[in-house]
Amino acid sequence: MKAGIVRFPGSNCDEDAFHAVADLLGQEAVYLWHKDRDLQGVDLVILPGGFSYGDYLRAGAIARFSPIMQEVVQHAKRGGLVLGICNGFQIACEAGLLPGALLRNNSLRFVSAPVSLRVESIATRFTSQYHLGQVISVPVAHGDGRYTADGDTLARLEGEGHVVFRYVTPEGEVSDSANPNGSLRNIAGIISAGGNVLGMMPHPERAMETALGSTDGLPLFQSILENMLGGIQA
Amino acid sequence: MTRFRCAIHIVPRRGILDPQGKAVADALHSLGFPAVGEVRVGRYVVVDSDAASADAARAAVKAMCEKLLANPVTEDFEIASVEPA
Repeated sequence: MKAGIVRFPGSNCDEDAFHAVADLLGQEAVYLWHKDRDLQGVDLVILPGGFSYGDYLRAGAIARFSPIMQEVVQHAKRGGLVLGICNGFQIACEAGLLPGALLRNNSLRFVSAPVSLRVESIATRFTSQYHLGQVISVPVAHGDGRYTADGDTLARLEGEGHVVFRYVTPEGEVSDSANPNGSLRNIAGIISAGGNVLGMMPHPERAMETALGSTDGLPLFQSILENMLGGIQA
Repeated sequence: MTRFRCAIHIVPRRGILDPQGKAVADALHSLGFPAVGEVRVGRYVVVDSDAASADAARAAVKAMCEKLLANPVTEDFEIASVEPA
């Protein structure tokens, strides 16, 4: 598998994502420069965390218009895999790859902490190596992570099983106290209707090694790899 | 072509939680303004743009808002003024 990690001015989790793919998963990884239009034949595009273009106007709003994003959108339209993490999730929403938007945390505070997530769907190419309902520990680090969408969109996401991760207590219960940002329905990650674009605020690429406190992000990357090798189209 | 100065207000849509607005409202209450009701905090954008007429400038700014300046999922915008710059 070949993964491309997009570098925008202000990306700061690009090297974490590269390390996760190249060193921990043992797969080929390349950086994709925001001004380029060449995806270099990658199977998976990772939109990493950070503060692309300084979060000017709105988080992700300017990055969406960069040359590389035009190609990423075409890649997604062809069914290619896109993983948007944190700022990458915000960019994916702004680009229309995923519905909804990420707004300022309801606490108005930047939250940097491990959170518990419940895996809500394993019938995806990103989560097949988890157990349904499994509670995992993955860090978040964001100031604009409050997932918001209109009622119809929320109903569709829920009804079609496109909510992939939800903020929960360590015991797996959905509650306001477990919600770090006020996301509607405690939504932490969603997948596109086509099943090829996953956006999530928590950072699975930072939960890949015991030295960093959790390996719960590893199955996500392993799922992508397994399904690519096996040709499974979830 | 004339250069027009276009002023745009962008605010969080009603019904969407605006924690900044709520924090400001709470602060105003504690500063002795009990009459304050809801507060919403948004952005004020001024765009200078060349156009053949004020109507054309307004139409262009509306397209800019829909494409970039406002997020159609969460924000409403209002073109407050379009005047020769």
